[in-house]
Amino acid sequence: MTATIARKRSALTKGQLPKFAPYIVLAVALVVGAAILALIGFNAFGWGLVSAILFAIGLVGWSGAVEGGRKAKDKLATCLVVGAFLIALLPLVSVVWTVLVNGIPGLITPGFLGTSMNGVTGAFDNKIVEEGTKVVGGVYHALLGTIQITLLATVISVPVGLMTAIYLVEYGNDRPLARAITFFVDVMTGIPSIVAGLFAAAFFFAVVGPGTKTGAVAAVALSVLMIPVVVRSSEEMLKIVPNELREAAYALGVRKWRTILKVVIPTAISGIASGVTLAIARVIGETAPILVTAGFATSINNNVFGGWMASLPTFIYTQILNPTSPSNPGPSDQRAWGAALVLIILVMLLNLGARLIARLFAPKTGR
Amino acid sequence: MTTNSLTTSPGAGRAGDKVFSGAAMAAGCLILAVLFGVALFLVVQSIPALTAQPEQIQGGHGFFAYIGPIVVGTLIAAVIALVIATPVSVGVALFISHYAPRRLASGLGYVVDLLAAIPSVVYGAWGAAFLAKEISPAYDWLANNMGWLPIFQGPASATGKTILTAGIVLSVMVLPIITSLSREIFLQTPKLHEEAALALGATRWEMIRMAVLPFGRPGIVSAIMLGLGRALGETMAVALVLSSGVLTASLIQSGNQTIAAEIALNFPEASGVKVNTLIAAGLVLFVITLGVNMVARWIITKHKEFSGAN
Repeated sequence: MTATIARKRSALTKGQLPKFAPYIVLAVALVVGAAILALIGFNAFGWGLVSAILFAIGLVGWSGAVEGGRKAKDKLATCLVVGAFLIALLPLVSVVWTVLVNGIPGLITPGFLGTSMNGVTGAFDNKIVEEGTKVVGGVYHALLGTIQITLLATVISVPVGLMTAIYLVEYGNDRPLARAITFFVDVMTGIPSIVAGLFAAAFFFAVVGPGTKTGAVAAVALSVLMIPVVVRSSEEMLKIVPNELREAAYALGVRKWRTILKVVIPTAISGIASGVTLAIARVIGETAPILVTAGFATSINNNVFGGWMASLPTFIYTQILNPTSPSNPGPSDQRAWGAALVLIILVMLLNLGARLIARLFAPKTGR
Repeated sequence: MTTNSLTTSPGAGRAGDKVFSGAAMAAGCLILAVLFGVALFLVVQSIPALTAQPEQIQGGHGFFAYIGPIVVGTLIAAVIALVIATPVSVGVALFISHYAPRRLASGLGYVVDLLAAIPSVVYGAWGAAFLAKEISPAYDWLANNMGWLPIFQGPASATGKTILTAGIVLSVMVLPIITSLSREIFLQTPKLHEEAALALGATRWEMIRMAVLPFGRPGIVSAIMLGLGRALGETMAVALVLSSGVLTASLIQSGNQTIAAEIALNFPEASGVKVNTLIAAGLVLFVITLGVNMVARWIITKHKEFSGAN
């Protein structure tokens, strides 16, 4: 029975490439690409690049011959758009790979997370390279500094940012002041991080005394970067709280401030919390503002308000740019990459945490 | 003077209302004050540099001779970053909004956002340790074959630590910004416009050119401006990747410097007038990025009714 049905091409699909055309072209492009690369020296990146170009030329050319110019142009655009996406993935993969490969040896060295750089000098590093022993020194002081500075920055920015968002959503009513705040919060998101650092430095130089560099100055600099992020995300979250909830509270005679505290914020808390977590993730990796405000330290400093303080990003920066032993930068490089891995893990955990918070504390809807 | 017992009753929450709204307003004003303070303190601290004798400034020819070349260097790096990042990110945004399968689209958007989550110092380390090394053969080729162009004049830097490498690293960093903003705008194209174009027989690319791109143009422009603001102010990528020097036209030799990197490299050890000079440089950077960002925001608000990127 099936044998009697002849597979004829319908008039509607005439003049089209068959469904499997891209796969054929891809296979041919891969083979020809490998052949070309074999002539000039093979490497995987070049193979991918040459094959992609051949694939685009082949598919567009074939389509142009069979389907005409308009379809060919469409295919070309598709190739370019998909190509753009693949190009964008390259650096992501490359960065993650580089950090993993270089960072794991540093991270699994015993004591890397538990010791500071106190007393670790170039002589140690030279000896390590000569004798091939384990790298000493670690990131404990930098980890501690990062946590303290970020925590203080969060303590400053969250109340200010959240109250501003409340003002904009609940009290602003499109007044000139509210419009000005919205505009300048937008502008503030674009302040270069180093300028925020210079501001905090200039402020404390003028108020406390020249050369004031402590963890608190860095926390102020980070707050300048963090506040606009907190304002924007909280504002969005407060805006989507249904007006019916507010009106129901007012109808029961509840004061506006009690309505905001007891009805509006609890409804939006999951979004606000995840926004704050994302803001922390954004500032925890900031290097430049800490560089100009907290100085460098090689030992543990538990006091945010006094003395220079290390942080993970500045630790990475100084270990790469000014290795502990200039003649043998190997151990310093290993420490820097280990610290970079720790930093990336921290940022990714915060990003994941933000998603988790948003899901866990989302208001219960429906039955 | 009518007295309404409902509104004038001495309620316990009345004071609370006043305090709370006052606190909210104070927080908003604090933000304005901080931004004003940023400008004020930078100006006050940079005055000594502007009034100092020319010999006291690094280079010995006064502040403007010092700042001029690094402003140009900053612009060069930012322009390289945008030239690379703009086509790629518009392509990625189109891929996520109009090409990728629906179910994958939001996941792919998250992957691109991961690019934004990686700290800048890690990009800097990657650029210095990996990219510069891998790309220096390409610079040799450029110097040998395209050397007649002033921007590719040889001899190419052996380490690959050039302004072009820094620009490439910067382009990776601004890519997620331009992508996420453009994607938002592309998704807002009226469905009816798209469907009308398709119903008239347009291919997908023709539909995008006739319906999506004209609609999204102001949004793309402002996204590029915001990316420019980020590229101008980015510090670590340049400080770690570029081996800095005097202003040169060639992009593949070591040389050039950006404001942000200059500050980061010199501020920790600076003292005296040098501190003021660097703060003045920061002020210049602040003014430039402020201008760029304000223009971008202005474009967005002008097209607010149909652009949604706010």
